[in-house]
Amino acid sequence: MACIIQVDDVAQQFGDRVIFKNVSFTVDEREIFVILGGSGCGKSTLLKQMIGLLPPKAGRISVCGHDVTTETEAVRRNIGVMFQSGALFGSMNLLDNVTLAMAVFTDLPAAARNEIARMKLAMVGLTDAALRLPAEISGGMAKRAAIARALALDPPVLFLDEPSAGLDPITSAGLDELILELRETLGATFVVVTHELQSILAISDRCVMLDREAQGMIAMGKPKDLQAHSDIQMVRAFFNRESV
Amino acid sequence: MSNAALHQNGDVLAFSGDLVAKNVGGIWKSSIAAAKRAQAATLTIDISGCPVIDTAGATLLLTMERTHGGDMHLQGAETQGTALLAQLRKIIPPPLTRQEEQRAAREAAREARAPTALENLKIRIAFFGETIVALLALPAKLRYLRGSNFAHIADNAGLKALPLVVMLGFLIGMILAFQSAIPMQQFGADLYVADLVALSLFRELGPLLVSVILAGRTGSAFAAELGTMQVNEEIAALTTMGIDPETMLVLPRVAAAVLVMPALVVAMDVSGLIGMGVVLMVFGFPASAIIGQITFAAGPSDFLLGLFKAMVFAAAVAMIGCRSGLTAGNGPRAVGEAATSAVVGGIVATVLLDGLFAVLFYRLGL
Ligand SMILES: Nc1ncnc2c1ncn2[C@@H]1O[C@H](COP(=O)(O)OP(=O)(O)OP(=O)(O)O)[C@@H](O)[C@H]1O
Ligand SMILES: [Mg+2]
Repeated sequence: MACIIQVDDVAQQFGDRVIFKNVSFTVDEREIFVILGGSGCGKSTLLKQMIGLLPPKAGRISVCGHDVTTETEAVRRNIGVMFQSGALFGSMNLLDNVTLAMAVFTDLPAAARNEIARMKLAMVGLTDAALRLPAEISGGMAKRAAIARALALDPPVLFLDEPSAGLDPITSAGLDELILELRETLGATFVVVTHELQSILAISDRCVMLDREAQGMIAMGKPKDLQAHSDIQMVRAFFNRESV
Repeated sequence: MSNAALHQNGDVLAFSGDLVAKNVGGIWKSSIAAAKRAQAATLTIDISGCPVIDTAGATLLLTMERTHGGDMHLQGAETQGTALLAQLRKIIPPPLTRQEEQRAAREAAREARAPTALENLKIRIAFFGETIVALLALPAKLRYLRGSNFAHIADNAGLKALPLVVMLGFLIGMILAFQSAIPMQQFGADLYVADLVALSLFRELGPLLVSVILAGRTGSAFAAELGTMQVNEEIAALTTMGIDPETMLVLPRVAAAVLVMPALVVAMDVSGLIGMGVVLMVFGFPASAIIGQITFAAGPSDFLLGLFKAMVFAAAVAMIGCRSGLTAGNGPRAVGEAATSAVVGGIVATVLLDGLFAVLFYRLGL
């Protein structure tokens, strides 16, 4: 089943403050699509709209053919989400964080759930931390555990909000590899919010850049192309590390 | 979606259907057992009939390989899953530690004893609020409860509150008895203190005080807990996983509060009576006279009415606590505010409901 994401002329405002408007793009199956932009430009907000947590003030979004506002349940069966804060369940150890969705949505026996969850934790390099509580692990570990949790049911679409922010370069590169591997092995589609130029160049097929001043998207395309040429100062600045 | 199945053709174990998380639950144990039984040095598994293999399926295959002990040969491995299998093979976590094994065994034991019927029964007996029974009966929602930690919540709300309840009950019983004994002595009616204290404990003070304690201890704890989850986006995470937070978080908390309430009220009533008894014995009444007076004055209906009221209070306090938590704003301050409003809301609701019951019981002649 083709699972594409369509974002169609979406807008968001809080009170009178317009965060963005006229945002439109399509994410193809098996694509790794990056949303980038300065802090506070609305990346997380856009992501929340795409996963049905925040109804868009205008426009519509569909994931795998289901409208996120009207068919939220169907959308949620197809997605895994890693929140910017990690949002691990604080009262459960990492293993239980990962097994929860399996316990609720499958008839896997407990031993199987644990085995699979340990495999997911191994995928993000957390084999040894399975029995620790979220309060007992570092921020980077929490992000990786949150990815493992998002992978629990092998969803076809994954939304990751800044997976590599605050990680050391080696771990961050490892995460990029993981994302590429998952695309290969699971055939998953990714929507990733990230600031890391390295990571964008390494993983993303296409990206969209939001800007707070412009209240919307200022560029979209392959990162290599944007790096090579752009008419927009902000885009050039970001991709070539110039100062604005 | 096709269901997965396992067939044994001689030495070859053949799977059919998609080997994905939703499908392999039913065949997990039998597959592992089959791999354990297999005699040949190389475990041959035919996956040509499996169009899709996900991490769960791959983990099953790898677990079978490990259980078998020898090599694994995959037949018909052109499917998508083999690349995944190769990836996972590289990172295979070491076998379960003792601690994890014990945990898995505990969980398996819990699964084995068919929990739903039993738990339903318990709740039916202990609680006659129709709503919760109705909610629990909703099979579609029942699965959300699997993630909740009911026993832990009940322990915190109930057992851990017991010392406080007993102490307060004892002191209140003593104070009431002492305060009323002195004026009543003037009329030579000091034995009737037993009537007064027993009745007011059973019908009013027991349920009311325990409910206030519940609001202060448990309602605020629920609000802080769920408020923190709200602030940390854990509620949002649950929602996006497709799990209804109302069912998974609120229902077990309300049920736990309602279930522990009768025990707490009994503890309060009994310790209050003991406190009163101590005072009356100091005033020179024999224990037998006091007990006789209590049983004469207060009947089982007074006691049961109190229990009923208390359970309604508990439901209200727990729901208000959970609601304050779930509707907390953003930021750490929101958690404190949620806890405060849970306590205030819980106490106000308790008193309002108590007034309502007073009118209702009067009308019904109870
Ligand atoms: N619930 C809310 N109420 C009011 N304003 C909000 C709310 N959520 C976000 N905002 C505002 O919307 C803007 C975009 O926020 P968002 O979290 O999407 O930024 P972001 O691009 O993800 O930034 P960062 O890179 O720092 O994570 C911010 O200015 C923020 O103040
Ligand atoms: Mg953000």
